Amino acid sequence: MRELDVARITEAVKDLSIRTNIYLPDDVKEALRSSLEKEESPLGKEILQVILDNHDIAESERMPICQDTGVAIIFLEVGQEVHLTGGSLEDAVNEGVRQGYKEGHLRKSMVADPVLKRKNTGDNTPAIIYTRIVPGDKVKIVFAPKGGGAENMSEVRMMTAADGIEGVKDFVVDRVSRSGGNPCPPIVVGIGLGGSFERCAMLAKEALMRTIGEPNPDPDFAEVEKELLRRINNLGIGPQGLGGRTTALAVHIKTVPCHIASMPVAVNIQCHVSRHGETII
Amino acid sequence: MKTVELRTPLDEKQISNLESGDKVFLSGEIYTARDAAHKKLVALIEEGKDFPFDLKGAVIYYVGPAPSKPGQVMNSAGPTTSYRMDSFTPLLLKHGLRGTIGKGPRSREVRDAMVKHGGIYFAAVGGAAAGIASTVKEAEVIAYDELGPEAIRRLVVERMPLFVVNDTMGNDLFEAGVAEYQREE
Repeated sequence: MRELDVARITEAVKDLSIRTNIYLPDDVKEALRSSLEKEESPLGKEILQVILDNHDIAESERMPICQDTGVAIIFLEVGQEVHLTGGSLEDAVNEGVRQGYKEGHLRKSMVADPVLKRKNTGDNTPAIIYTRIVPGDKVKIVFAPKGGGAENMSEVRMMTAADGIEGVKDFVVDRVSRSGGNPCPPIVVGIGLGGSFERCAMLAKEALMRTIGEPNPDPDFAEVEKELLRRINNLGIGPQGLGGRTTALAVHIKTVPCHIASMPVAVNIQCHVSRHGETII
Repeated sequence: MKTVELRTPLDEKQISNLESGDKVFLSGEIYTARDAAHKKLVALIEEGKDFPFDLKGAVIYYVGPAPSKPGQVMNSAGPTTSYRMDSFTPLLLKHGLRGTIGKGPRSREVRDAMVKHGGIYFAAVGGAAAGIASTVKEAEVIAYDELGPEAIRRLVVERMPLFVVNDTMGNDLFEAGVAEYQREE
């Protein structure tokens, strides 16, 4: 067994929370740059340029790209040969979020009671933590701050086999169409297919972590992604919803098996500030 | 489409000159408010209590900024999605509010209220929050400090870059823009 003090995890989460909110992954930046070349709307071009300039300002001033530094979504993969010492794993993750959001001057966006009192917890905890036990002796931490505006445009629908792939496509395009300018387009569309009610929602979120430009491993679903991207960009929503040819930067699908009676479909929408980063300890 | 330099507070004449699609550089005092603050502001009007700022000619910016670093006037401060304020906005427009700044489209009720009372809706670029912060020259919390990022702040901005979405004639830049660039499948 490899012994690992959870203080190392606190430190890693703290660093990730600051880093992911200031520096956007290269693939997302590149996708935005290439969309600027293709955009036909003059206003759309101007908006894309403002978005690209903002990345430079955020990096040089060490300011968050967006003031909505999100709910802290954390995927942990813990090797089954790791023995965690020094305290609770989840407490250690939350402590990392607490320290990172304080030291990084990031916005605290969590309310304790979602409906009645809605009092801000003051330190952006609790994080939303998903933990998997995997082979090996490492711990992998993926940190994905998720803003509220795009998350609000997401949806799960329990479809059936009769709806087929055309039903899935129509649902996704309709979901993006109804979202309009609200989720801060250009967006990334994560789609989860299969599993159960909650599993497909998780898949949709995981699909957002895929590198833009990396094709779907299944050639059939790769084709579906291409078609959906074309249909979504033909909606004309454009940058910020003010009209244009760049509504989405990418469509990513993730699938798992499901029950013979079911065909769960989830659409998780991500704004253009598609933040995520990882560390392996 | 034209480029307009605008200074708050806004009067009816300044507003009537603006058209959907215009680019605006806004300067002067504006106030921040989002979900929680709107609930409180509307309650003040309904209960006939004093307002934390003069609503006549005022502009509200829908934003919850990131906390400032030591010595920094304003940390990242981009717009939040406006539709969440739609149910509160017509009453504020009726009581003198002239302008709102956010992102995303407004409801039919808000658009009608803007035509009726003389109001204007501006879009700032969502997610371009570090750049917008540099146009903020002064910032202070004036109400509901306990709400943290949702507190009401008085800001002084200098040439904040905006686009006119809804004008007093009832035009909407979202509808017009999408109609122009959508393609049949």
